[in-house]
Amino acid sequence: MNFDFSDDQKFLKSEARKFLEGRCPTSKVRAVLDDPKRSYDADLWTEVAGQGWLGTAIPEEYGGLGLGRLELCVIAEELGRALAPIPFSSTVYFLAEALLLAGSEAQKKAWLPKIAAGEVIGCFASVEKPGPLTEAQVQARVEGGKLAGTKLPVTDGDIADVAVVLAREAGRLGLFLVDLNADGVTRDALQTLDPTRGVAKLTFSGAAAERLGEAGEGLALADQLLERAAVLIAFEQVGGADRALEMAKDYAMGRYAFGRPIASYQAIKHKLADMYVNNELARSNAYYGAWALNAGASELPLAAAAARVSACQAYWYAAKENLQTHGGIGFTWQMDCHLFYRRAQQLNLVAGGAKAWKERLVTQLERRNAA
Amino acid sequence: MDFNDTAEEAAYRADARAWLEANAPKGRIRDDEDPAGLKQAKAWQARKAAAGYSCITWPREWGGVGGANWQQQIFNQEEARFETPGNPFTIGLGMCLPTIMTSGAEADKQRFVGPAIRGEEIWCQLFSEPSGGSDVAASRTRAVRASDGSGDWIINGQKVWTSGAQYSDFGILICRTDPDVPKHKGLTMFWVDMHDKAIDVRPIHQMSGASGFNEVYFTDLRVKDTQRIGAVGDGWRVSLVTLMNERNSIGGGSGYHRQVMELASSVATLAGSGIKDAGLREKVADWYVRAEGLKYTRLRTQTALSRGQTPGPEASIGKLVTAPLMQDVANTAVELEDQFGIISDPSVAPLSAMFQQTLMSAPGMRIAGGTDEIMRNIIAERVLGLPQDVRVDKDVAFKDIPTGR
Repeated sequence: MNFDFSDDQKFLKSEARKFLEGRCPTSKVRAVLDDPKRSYDADLWTEVAGQGWLGTAIPEEYGGLGLGRLELCVIAEELGRALAPIPFSSTVYFLAEALLLAGSEAQKKAWLPKIAAGEVIGCFASVEKPGPLTEAQVQARVEGGKLAGTKLPVTDGDIADVAVVLAREAGRLGLFLVDLNADGVTRDALQTLDPTRGVAKLTFSGAAAERLGEAGEGLALADQLLERAAVLIAFEQVGGADRALEMAKDYAMGRYAFGRPIASYQAIKHKLADMYVNNELARSNAYYGAWALNAGASELPLAAAAARVSACQAYWYAAKENLQTHGGIGFTWQMDCHLFYRRAQQLNLVAGGAKAWKERLVTQLERRNAA
Repeated sequence: MDFNDTAEEAAYRADARAWLEANAPKGRIRDDEDPAGLKQAKAWQARKAAAGYSCITWPREWGGVGGANWQQQIFNQEEARFETPGNPFTIGLGMCLPTIMTSGAEADKQRFVGPAIRGEEIWCQLFSEPSGGSDVAASRTRAVRASDGSGDWIINGQKVWTSGAQYSDFGILICRTDPDVPKHKGLTMFWVDMHDKAIDVRPIHQMSGASGFNEVYFTDLRVKDTQRIGAVGDGWRVSLVTLMNERNSIGGGSGYHRQVMELASSVATLAGSGIKDAGLREKVADWYVRAEGLKYTRLRTQTALSRGQTPGPEASIGKLVTAPLMQDVANTAVELEDQFGIISDPSVAPLSAMFQQTLMSAPGMRIAGGTDEIMRNIIAERVLGLPQDVRVDKDVAFKDIPTGR
């Protein structure tokens, strides 16, 4: 029995934390938040690429480090903890994973080395309307290799070079690679709950689209991609939730009311204890998801759903109750509480919300019980 | 990250499994509340001890095996695959004897540890009182020196919620020896012979209908000074060994989501089959991630143990997660049955009334061994390092502390 990360993986994690504490203090996150013209930190993105993190799970033959998903998980946790304002998840969990999942040899050769080198930013364009991703809501169409339709919201769609797009071709859904710098693409940046992670509406009118994987596999591939992303994003959420708990604790220890630290009141202590319990459960579920992801285990669909549901619950609770613990000052722009409150919502929605994932989870359980 | 045993673990597991297959009792297992069941339990414990499967981590000099935590874990996992007699020894081996080994006199260790390991003698823990449940240090049971100069102590008072007192041979008892100093400083620990005529054990009829606990009355119980565990006035510190073991040992349960889904599939609601109810499905997912999260938290703890490391504080969350979860599951399941849910007759109610039974036992789970509220305080103070609440009784002589009801 060894249900833990290895010493090498833990070393990578502590190095990542040190790096991000130096290069990504919340002042850097705020700089993106406060500047309406920016939706990410381009300098940090370059530095992160320089660390080799973008190619962590990309095989060496495609220019990556050739490590596993477990290494990617520990980096994800630190990025989440640091609230890193960079398109890491869009580029690595979605674009690179889509290529690894379904890309042809030529597609992998064309894109993976550029991803590993930090030369391209990716994004995932699936939904078009409010509500969870279903086949019915996908209206974008590919005919003769040309894509027409509208996708929103597309996280990092305003800055991405290439998109993985879910669209219909001859009536069936497929995944397509689209070069966003080519003709036939219009981007409109949208206001978002978390301005440190940009969002756009992408309008396609005859953009060149190249299929990823087989025709008609689109929804199944999107599901598999979302399962992978769910585990990786769960680590970002656990990282953020832990830091929100630390922030609440530090504030409660130093803030006095009625002659004593507010951390000595049970109303605060019990809230923080609940945060701790949620965070530990989410961490354990994320670990199991990491194992299933890394091992390519048949348990992944259920493990990913559990990791996501647990992480969404933990981060939301930690973010909102950290703010509440701060009282009035927590509601100000100057205090960092709202950065976590925003990011919790962003991460809780970006790979599909918890409500839909709960349904996926129970469907998987029904299958397992029937087997 | 790897769920498989190491070669060493696999070898130990294979040996344990082979031994269990050859030695686990066959035939009907009786409840350890009745005498025949108690006899079965003692025989099973003796057999495990003889084979080196009792108290695996305890030192050899006391009759343990001197083994590693991972060995005990593996044996527990394998034993759980068999239907074995009840275990009335957990309080003694989990709490009382560790207290004696940590703080007791040499003669007591020699006298008591071996028989306890072999299941020959059963122990209970006499801590909670009508006036002090969460606040154990508020104990009022009085021990005073006998006036005859013998050095003996005379004990009067009442304990409550004592599991297994009715069949225990010995107990560890925390008493007030000095009411003129602050409450934590005036306590002393003793061991007592539960067969003494001055001890009266009366079962408590629980709201669930069962009687797993007792009230225990002491009327002029005389004990030797040699029965003292630790110094006079040091009882609180001595008791902490017991309490920490208690809180770590409680908390299991698998969440019951499978049984709820089975029930829901068999119930027709206004919207069709109960399993298609969106509200129920969301709840099942919520319960599942909490139960699974706990399961994998235990595997993290087990990993630390198997490496010879001290587990992190995550081990303390078990009971706080499980107890309210079981209550919520039971309430939802009974509600799903609608009017039929009122029936708790096992011959009529679905799943032999397991959810009705859980509903009625769940309040006890949320209280025993530290209430939900106390568990949150422990996490807040010992894990997160938050300050204690203001204690109005801290520097006051015990006799001057307001008592209320």
